[in-house]
Amino acid sequence: MDQETIFLTILGMMAVTYIPRALPVLALARRTLPEPVIRWLGFIPVAVLSAMLVPSLLAPEKILDFSLRNIFLWAAVPTFLVCWKTRSFVGAVVTGMGCVALGRLFLT
Amino acid sequence: MNSATLPAANRTESPLASAFRQALPIILGYVPVGFAYGVLAQKSGLSGINTVLMSVLVFAGSAQLIAVGLFAAAASPLTIVATTFIVNLRHLLMSAALAPYLRKWSKPQLALFSYEMTDETFALHAGRFAKGETAPLETFGINVIAQSAWVGGTVLGLAASTLITDVKPIGLDYALPAMFIALLLGQLKSRLHLLVAVTAGALSTVLMLAGLSQSHVLAATILAATLGLGAHAWTKRRSS
Repeated sequence: MDQETIFLTILGMMAVTYIPRALPVLALARRTLPEPVIRWLGFIPVAVLSAMLVPSLLAPEKILDFSLRNIFLWAAVPTFLVCWKTRSFVGAVVTGMGCVALGRLFLT
Repeated sequence: MNSATLPAANRTESPLASAFRQALPIILGYVPVGFAYGVLAQKSGLSGINTVLMSVLVFAGSAQLIAVGLFAAAASPLTIVATTFIVNLRHLLMSAALAPYLRKWSKPQLALFSYEMTDETFALHAGRFAKGETAPLETFGINVIAQSAWVGGTVLGLAASTLITDVKPIGLDYALPAMFIALLLGQLKSRLHLLVAVTAGALSTVLMLAGLSQSHVLAATILAATLGLGAHAWTKRRSS
């Protein structure tokens, strides 16, 4: 594919990415929404975060993996505990990365 | 728990310093992934300018990596654009979820804000906005810092693409999952939220394993949030 066609494809990608990002917030921000809609939208962050995170921990290679080799899954345990007990956001991230680095060193 | 899992607000801190501190996990996560994208894009036949332009104009991590794979496989432009649309459609829900918090923002501000709304910036803002932290300067600061890290990583990958064949960061590829864990914990405001989280995570995994590899997040999110709404109505009816 020549570079001009690639560029035009990128412009198409830009449009189809931007429109779903912009339309809802532009259309809804000023509007008074019915109570059930607000409540439903209130569940979206927790649902979408979990929907993105859980598969990446349980099946990083697109198959369920509960073995010790699945470092992403086991590193989640100390990350979760540190976040829960110390309530430190940075602490959780550092713990997670450290555990993955150590896991790679010793387990693989 | 929900306010505590995010960095504590420091009163004397400037908005940009605060933005930088909050965006730090995103920076750590984006630079290596942007790097990997830059390397792959070069190998897939994209010119240097097109490689960087995609990070500037599209700014969507997983969609860009998938697109580069499709370019390498000589897929048609229509296929690439359609795939990008499906992969990024989940942002529709994220954009809607943030809308109730941004009543005071102008249309141009909203238009600019959504341009840089990725999974990761959304995750941060969902926590911040729920606490009333919707100051435009800090919000845009986080977004611009995040995209700079993404574009910076891309440029580094581009520069190194002749030297490096495989990117294996020591633990940097866990910066974003760890951030998601912390932000998800902060979102567990009630038992109902926990129920929605468990359902969404399980459904998303099952749907992905069943072969719904592009829209499992979107489908699981809609189903789990609707279940949450139903469970709320049911418990309310029982208690009244």
